[in-house]
Amino acid sequence: MSAFLTLTGRDLRLALRQSGDSMIVLAFFAMATILFPFGVGPEAAVLARIAGGVVWVTALLAALLSLDRVFALDFEDGTLDQLVLSGQPLPLIVLSKVSAHWLTTGVPLILLSPILAVTMQLPAAGYGTLVLALALGTPTVSLIGAVGAALVLGTRRGGVLLSLLVLPLYIPVLIFGTGAVEAAIIGRPTGPMLMVLAGLAIFALTLSPWAAGAALRQAVE
Amino acid sequence: MIDAPIAPEAFSGKDLSCHRGGRMVFAGLNFEVAPGAALVLRGANGSGKTTLMRLMAGLARPAAGALYWGGTAIDDPEAHATHLRFIGHLDAIKPAQTVAENLAFWRALWSKSASGAAIVTAMEALGIAHLADFPARHLSAGQRHRLALARVIAAPAPLWLLDEPGNALDETSLNALSKMIAAHRAEGGMVVVASHGAAFVENAQTLDLGEFSAAHIAHWSDEL
Repeated sequence: MSAFLTLTGRDLRLALRQSGDSMIVLAFFAMATILFPFGVGPEAAVLARIAGGVVWVTALLAALLSLDRVFALDFEDGTLDQLVLSGQPLPLIVLSKVSAHWLTTGVPLILLSPILAVTMQLPAAGYGTLVLALALGTPTVSLIGAVGAALVLGTRRGGVLLSLLVLPLYIPVLIFGTGAVEAAIIGRPTGPMLMVLAGLAIFALTLSPWAAGAALRQAVE
Repeated sequence: MIDAPIAPEAFSGKDLSCHRGGRMVFAGLNFEVAPGAALVLRGANGSGKTTLMRLMAGLARPAAGALYWGGTAIDDPEAHATHLRFIGHLDAIKPAQTVAENLAFWRALWSKSASGAAIVTAMEALGIAHLADFPARHLSAGQRHRLALARVIAAPAPLWLLDEPGNALDETSLNALSKMIAAHRAEGGMVVVASHGAAFVENAQTLDLGEFSAAHIAHWSDEL
């Protein structure tokens, strides 16, 4: 447990000192979302219809932008070798890196999403559910992404390969995430959708640290 | 030193071979390091010094043969990792942190206790104590290397695996390195060094990797 806190704490401190990385992700999220009113026209009814989906898709793409750095920097400077040699279980190391990633990109994305939803004319009934669905869905995004990020270590154009690997795996999160927002807007119960999102998060939590850990061991060999 | 006394056992490898990129690097290699002893790996570029180092650290697996800690074969790399400190070509330094912060992180992760005294001792041993609050991004190559080496003192372990530890070091730092290796061995620690010239390790056994290389073995089997 103390090793988990030590590792997560260091990543958070490094992220604070180099806050530009997180800001770029947020700026991308904002820019990509704001393009839609220009692209599909300012008509409120059209925007409101697609608002939930647009915020979800752009949030996924923004998170993806930062994922290739989860392990790549440590891999390049030799930190990963030393972490593997720390005697700590690799799944624990993965979990602390993922936690730091979620806290530095997932949480800011969640906090920014209601503001961007305003530009998309999201109906008032959808805001609470949007934030809740993102809060349940983004940990899954970080967890699945970590497996992809560990697999592409050492490859050229790893970032592109990473998107091809993990974007298909984000489809269930996207379906139930937007589904929850839609349900809230038309006044139907959102509970089932949110519970599926929570289930996906638990599923990813139990599998991905081990999968990413195995990929990391392959990467240092 | 400050931490728990080292109770090392001999570290050895038997009949090791290793392939890399489909090519055999070395085969039939044996070595043994007793407590208090040092082993210097020699060999031309590409003879597999770094490969053998990473194998010894448990970062890579041998194609054949096994490593032994005391009498028992090492089958769990995580448990083996707690016996050793490995300093490779990459220095694992975060430029955004200060010298002391870099050291304190590894000390906390490896020794599970943050001891300010251990970090100061380590920095003094390598002559970088005056740089404690200096951001690591402004360090010179030699200073970075000394910071990397300071890690093995900040969090002690019986086996040191040092890949080219003399690189980029000046005369004074080489003396410091020589002194810290001697002190470690006096306490019963073991040191494996890969280096072209290893004048800073006294009374060391030498292992010439050229003797186990693919080319050498092919030549030898032709003669039979």
